[in-house]
Amino acid sequence: MTTPITSPSTPPAAAITMIDQTELSRPLTFRERHASQIRQWRLYAHMFRKSFSSMLGLTLVVLFLLLAAFGPLLAPYPEAASGAIDMSNKLMPPTGANWFGTDEMGADIFSRVIMGARTSLWIGLIITGIGALVGVPLGIIAGYGGGWLRAIIMRITELFLAVPGLALALAIVAALGPGITNCVLALALVWWPGYVRLVEAKTLSVKEELFVESARSIGARTPWILWHHILPNCLSPIIVKMSMDMGMAILSAASLGFIGLGAQPPAPEWGAMISVARTYMPDWWWYSLFPGAAIFLTVLGFNLLGDGLRDILDPRSRDR
Amino acid sequence: MLTFAFRKLLTLVGTMIGIAALTFLITNVAPGDPARLVAGPNATEDMVATIRTEYGLDKSLPEQFIVYMGDLMRGDLGQSIVTTRPVMEEVLRYAPATLELVFVAMALGIVVGVPLGMLSAVYKDGPLDHVTRIFSISGVALPAFWFGIILQLMFAVDLGWLPVSGRLPLVTRPPETVTGLLLVDSLISGRFQTFWTSLQHIILPAVVLSFPCLASILRVNRAEMIEVLQSDYIVAARAHGIASFRIVALYALKNAMLPTLAMIGLRFGWMLGSTVLVETVFDWPGIGLYAVSSALSSDFKPVIGVTLMIGFFFIVANTLVDLAYAWIDPRLRSA
Repeated sequence: MTTPITSPSTPPAAAITMIDQTELSRPLTFRERHASQIRQWRLYAHMFRKSFSSMLGLTLVVLFLLLAAFGPLLAPYPEAASGAIDMSNKLMPPTGANWFGTDEMGADIFSRVIMGARTSLWIGLIITGIGALVGVPLGIIAGYGGGWLRAIIMRITELFLAVPGLALALAIVAALGPGITNCVLALALVWWPGYVRLVEAKTLSVKEELFVESARSIGARTPWILWHHILPNCLSPIIVKMSMDMGMAILSAASLGFIGLGAQPPAPEWGAMISVARTYMPDWWWYSLFPGAAIFLTVLGFNLLGDGLRDILDPRSRDR
Repeated sequence: MLTFAFRKLLTLVGTMIGIAALTFLITNVAPGDPARLVAGPNATEDMVATIRTEYGLDKSLPEQFIVYMGDLMRGDLGQSIVTTRPVMEEVLRYAPATLELVFVAMALGIVVGVPLGMLSAVYKDGPLDHVTRIFSISGVALPAFWFGIILQLMFAVDLGWLPVSGRLPLVTRPPETVTGLLLVDSLISGRFQTFWTSLQHIILPAVVLSFPCLASILRVNRAEMIEVLQSDYIVAARAHGIASFRIVALYALKNAMLPTLAMIGLRFGWMLGSTVLVETVFDWPGIGLYAVSSALSSDFKPVIGVTLMIGFFFIVANTLVDLAYAWIDPRLRSA
């Protein structure tokens, strides 16, 4: 018999005699217990590595995270982010000392762009975090519960989706008053409906699966089913959406900053920097060029990463 | 089809009422005194108190809501503090500029996006496909306001080909208002020079506004085309020796257009939202710029008015897309 032993738990009958009994009773190592998952993840990693755009996205995101984490250490003039004034140096073009030039207060734009990464990271995390924390449970309740509860949740969701997000956020910020906190709050308020719709649709299909029915038939309680069956099966599209939304949330917050309703100068926020820079056009072009490039690369990174994650985690929903 | 259209119309009215309720909620749930919000930051206590009674803000919330809805029914959106004129009048004055911009941008997105998507599907994995792929991925990530500034720098300041901002130069007398769309009005009154000037003014903002839309139209159209081109009836058509162009441009495109149409409807609303940014960059006198300048001077009623107006346009557009969908594909009428 040459049948190979495929899995330690179900050895072919002929092979049992070959294996020492003590070998079988030995507790399985982590690698053995999770052999199939490990193989799956290695396949994912392989597919991800093969895709140029996914790797580019990952690189951009890692770069952004590094800047956000170590910004104050990397920036040549960290004090530029807190409104330091050096009027003798104002509006200088890019040089060896100031790679991206200086702004109207003489602050180093390179340092301000680096420090802006942390602001943007917080903005993105809070908006997508609140969006998912509110939207995912509502989506699961609507999809699994059905009935009048679903009707109410979905009506409200559709209502929010019926007004373009940026316009609605603008109205909310106008009511709350300008500022970075209100801007993030407003965007979070318009962000959750997207998750409700995504998770509701996914829950509707998952709850018809045989394993949910089996769980129900052996007496599993609803919260247990939601946590152990529904949520894990919704996770892939949620992760993909969150990755993409990180970029879009950062972009939206920067847009409100640009309008003048988001972060207020001298806070180092990219959109607000461009808002000020616009008044120094066209002679001081570098002022708006670099913060804008930072937004573009960050959003691009998260979009490419999300796209790559979708290819491996959720290939069927591509381009939907 | 008529029942379907009627049902859609009912949904439209329902959603509109919902949006009105939402804006009412935003005004009233926001921390702080709505009377103070209306009065502006420099108002005295007396002024705030006067406004409170004048606007009926001393009444209970349900009562206020009924008054608010009644005003909306009569087309009364309140008054702007800055200009002291009815918001409705101003929104209607600015709306044509925004619609003109959105229409041109949408046309640009469709006219460029659909053929490019089609070509990248036909020549899948070819050089053109790679170029459009980079193009469509970066299109969504590009900050509209920054892209606008860069284009201004390049084409207006550096090359001097196009005007930097605005709809028409100050010295040019606008054509007689018929539709409010300068491109159309100038043609109606036969002023081709004005048509040419306003066309030059609209190019840059329209390109900026259409870019993300173009990118997603291209993407959806490409994906659908690839799928359709593999289907049996296309293979059969090829086997019959029908010209390749005819197959792609007639049979395949028609079937790939449905999801593209849905994307166009979706992007229309997104564009209306983005006018807020694009109009700010290009000083385009539309409702987006009106909303931003009002928001910056704490003039709240116009912001709500514009939000309602944008919501209204978006719902109407979506209803039209739904109807077009059902018209093209009868199976969807029962949905």
